[in-house]
Amino acid sequence: MSQIKKSFLLINRQAPYGSSAARDALDVALTASVFEQDISLLFLADGVFQLLQDQQPQGIGQKNLAANLSALPMYDIDQIFVSASALQQRGLKKEQLSLPAELLDDQQIATLISRHDQVMSF
Amino acid sequence: MSLHTLNKAPSGSSATQDCLNALQAGDALLLIEDGVYGALDAYSALFQHAESLAVDCYVLSADTDARGLTTLNPLFKPASYSTFVELSCQHHPVVSWA
Repeated sequence: MSQIKKSFLLINRQAPYGSSAARDALDVALTASVFEQDISLLFLADGVFQLLQDQQPQGIGQKNLAANLSALPMYDIDQIFVSASALQQRGLKKEQLSLPAELLDDQQIATLISRHDQVMSF
Repeated sequence: MSLHTLNKAPSGSSATQDCLNALQAGDALLLIEDGVYGALDAYSALFQHAESLAVDCYVLSADTDARGLTTLNPLFKPASYSTFVELSCQHHPVVSWA
């Protein structure tokens, strides 16, 4: 395994199911974790909808994204951050999320981004 | 009278506003795919215009269920795929906002 270790921040900005962005980000997260990289996830804007509980996508012929996301801690991906203002704008509360996530304000998000080696936005 | 289908979330593009601007009294509006996020209470102010025109508003249940949306703006009536078909037959034209 490579000795090079970098910190990755994956920014999720799009809702699940409407496009492949959410699943692409999850694929990158799981792939990077295989290479023992340091991975954080940040949910911004409509990306916060990915974390809503009780998703039942069988009716539209898709797989449950939230179920896969909730498996991330088993891959040692437990640095999960959510924009507090994005939640508030959508009338959502932390209790409605399927993962234990840390709420950040815009200034804290800027700091989070600046302390990572690689930042990817989906 | 037209049926307007909207498949983008309110924050995602100008589709929501463009659709709302084009509504006429007697039209029907159906939120589908990511458009169903518009039925959240947080966006109810956006759809007051549709309400004032007495536009019949629907939201596709398969898409709200998929996304885990539960408490929705009561302006929007839940619609099945067969309701979608009925609405498409009853209205002309069908306008897809994307």
